Amino acid sequence: MANVSVKDVEKIYPNGFHAIKGANLEIEPGEFIVLVGPSGCGKSTLLRTIAGLEEASSGEISIGDRVVNDVDPADRNIAMVFQNYALYPHMTVYKNMAYGLKNRKLPKDQIDAQVQKAALMLGLSEHLDRKPSQLSGGQRQRVAMGRAIVRSPDLFLFDEPLSNLDAKLRSQMRIEIRKLQRELGVTSIYVTHDQVEAMTMADRIVVLNGGKIEQIGTPAEIYNSPASVFVASFMGAPPMNLMDAVADGDSIALPGGSLPLDHEVHGPVTIGIRPEKAVITDQANGVTLPFTHDFTEELGAIRLVHGHLRDTPFVVHRHDDAPLPEGPLYVSVSGENVNIFDQATGQKR
Amino acid sequence: MTKTETNKGQNAPRKRRIKLEHLLDHSILILGSLFMLVPVYLIIATSSFDRITVARKGLQYTFSDQMAENFRMAMFESTSFTGTVDGFTMLMNSLILGIGFAIGKIAISMMAAYAIVYFRLRFATFAFWLIFTTLLLPLEVRILPTYEIVQGLGMINTYSGLIIPLIASATGTFFFRQFFRSVPEELVEAARIDGAGPVKFFIDILVPLSKTMIAAIFIIMFVVGWNQYLWPTLITTDEGLFTLVRGIKQIMLVIADNNKIPEFGVAMALAIIAMLPPVLIVLFFQSWFVKGLVESDK
Repeated sequence: MANVSVKDVEKIYPNGFHAIKGANLEIEPGEFIVLVGPSGCGKSTLLRTIAGLEEASSGEISIGDRVVNDVDPADRNIAMVFQNYALYPHMTVYKNMAYGLKNRKLPKDQIDAQVQKAALMLGLSEHLDRKPSQLSGGQRQRVAMGRAIVRSPDLFLFDEPLSNLDAKLRSQMRIEIRKLQRELGVTSIYVTHDQVEAMTMADRIVVLNGGKIEQIGTPAEIYNSPASVFVASFMGAPPMNLMDAVADGDSIALPGGSLPLDHEVHGPVTIGIRPEKAVITDQANGVTLPFTHDFTEELGAIRLVHGHLRDTPFVVHRHDDAPLPEGPLYVSVSGENVNIFDQATGQKR
Repeated sequence: MTKTETNKGQNAPRKRRIKLEHLLDHSILILGSLFMLVPVYLIIATSSFDRITVARKGLQYTFSDQMAENFRMAMFESTSFTGTVDGFTMLMNSLILGIGFAIGKIAISMMAAYAIVYFRLRFATFAFWLIFTTLLLPLEVRILPTYEIVQGLGMINTYSGLIIPLIASATGTFFFRQFFRSVPEELVEAARIDGAGPVKFFIDILVPLSKTMIAAIFIIMFVVGWNQYLWPTLITTDEGLFTLVRGIKQIMLVIADNNKIPEFGVAMALAIIAMLPPVLIVLFFQSWFVKGLVESDK
């Protein structure tokens, strides 16, 4: 268990591509951090830089109390789980897990004890003499986990480890990984582009965009008060409803009406409203907006009502089974549920 | 139902036509294989005759009773000029050349490909293409300077002189390069985190992964090495180092040297012995061969 600290890390590739633009991140011991962002946002690069597979162009990375910028990956006492598992195809499960320990010149009986323990933990004891090609996707994933566990590292690094599994197995492994991490208490950094994985697994989420860290926060913070338009549009399915508007002190002018605000804002802004924070009614009053219904997506537990406010598309979650009211419809939102971003910078105001 | 029946009706005449085509195909194939196999049969048949018959009547299509004797002579009796080398020695020499050639080529080209693919060397691509252009310069083209160097190093009439100049291999490097490039990058990184340095990664991961590839290249290279003629002829003047391929010709030289009737039957027997190892290797390792070139377990 160790804390990890990333200070002003930049990564510029020899071809001039600026992959990480000044990343700062403090990770507490035992914390589960998820790096999330669209492809090409630098999340994998940041992970690989922490692993030592890439060299930081500038800045400082420390694991525990040790600055590791010039430490070989093998000596950073980390373990990494790769997207394609990266198991050695010619070695048995046992040898796959033991290889790293063997290279550390541990005594044979100690290696055996550690491998057996990890195998038991992951339910792999019966498969120890099989080759990776004889295992299912989920089992391979477990072997990759086992290879990480046996080394009792200071830090686990996961690079999109579940993206090769089918949906059902993915949600199952998600829970297993989280449970295992809790049991072992090892600090973990997990990269994914899947916001559901990020929300469900993380202690804290780091949202990256274009090489920059947009926001660091707990899943609830990220979801409820996104720091920027990007975070608002990236996290949540369906994403936050976003529209441009002009704020006028304590209310905001929108096509067809205005919404109250809980704090004073002036000037052109982008407002964001979570679909589940909006309510559809057939009662017009001073704080409702006229809503035109287009179609409804049935998701079982909830329904997504798609429509628009004048020209702006707008989605509302509907929890009750009752059909939509007849006649003209309105949307009402309370002031504390309106997120306001600066129109020019995209940052929260 | 009716449809299938009409289909059948249409198929009937076509079937006959296909048969005609088959006949043509097969006769071409049969002719081709006869063209390849009859000489082999002639060698086998002729190896069962004594030299007088062969000298008088030429190649034979039937079998006689001299086969065992001819093979015994070919293997264990010296037919050479100085009388020091028998077929068995030549077989051993050929094996040493074939195996040494194949192993040397694989070792060198694997290491070259490893360096080119896995190390961020400056000019690595350039080096690769430089190696590749040596395909245009086979030994036959550079035979004089190569001979000069080998002679200068005092390697004439040694096994190393026989093998080493032949083992630099662009083809092998190319095959291994393509194979290494298809090994997932993540495997390299996993090994790095597992604490495997370059040498360990090569020996523990890359070599075992390449084993089907190695087997396939070994087969090709063994046969190529076995069939070497020009270089061994040039570099070995000591009969103790003669290879089988060379030895066969040596028997025929008797006619020029001594005005004797050459041991045709023995020469044929020797030719069969020279043919066998490559044939056996290809037969036994056929499945490996295909595996190595087609699939790989990565």
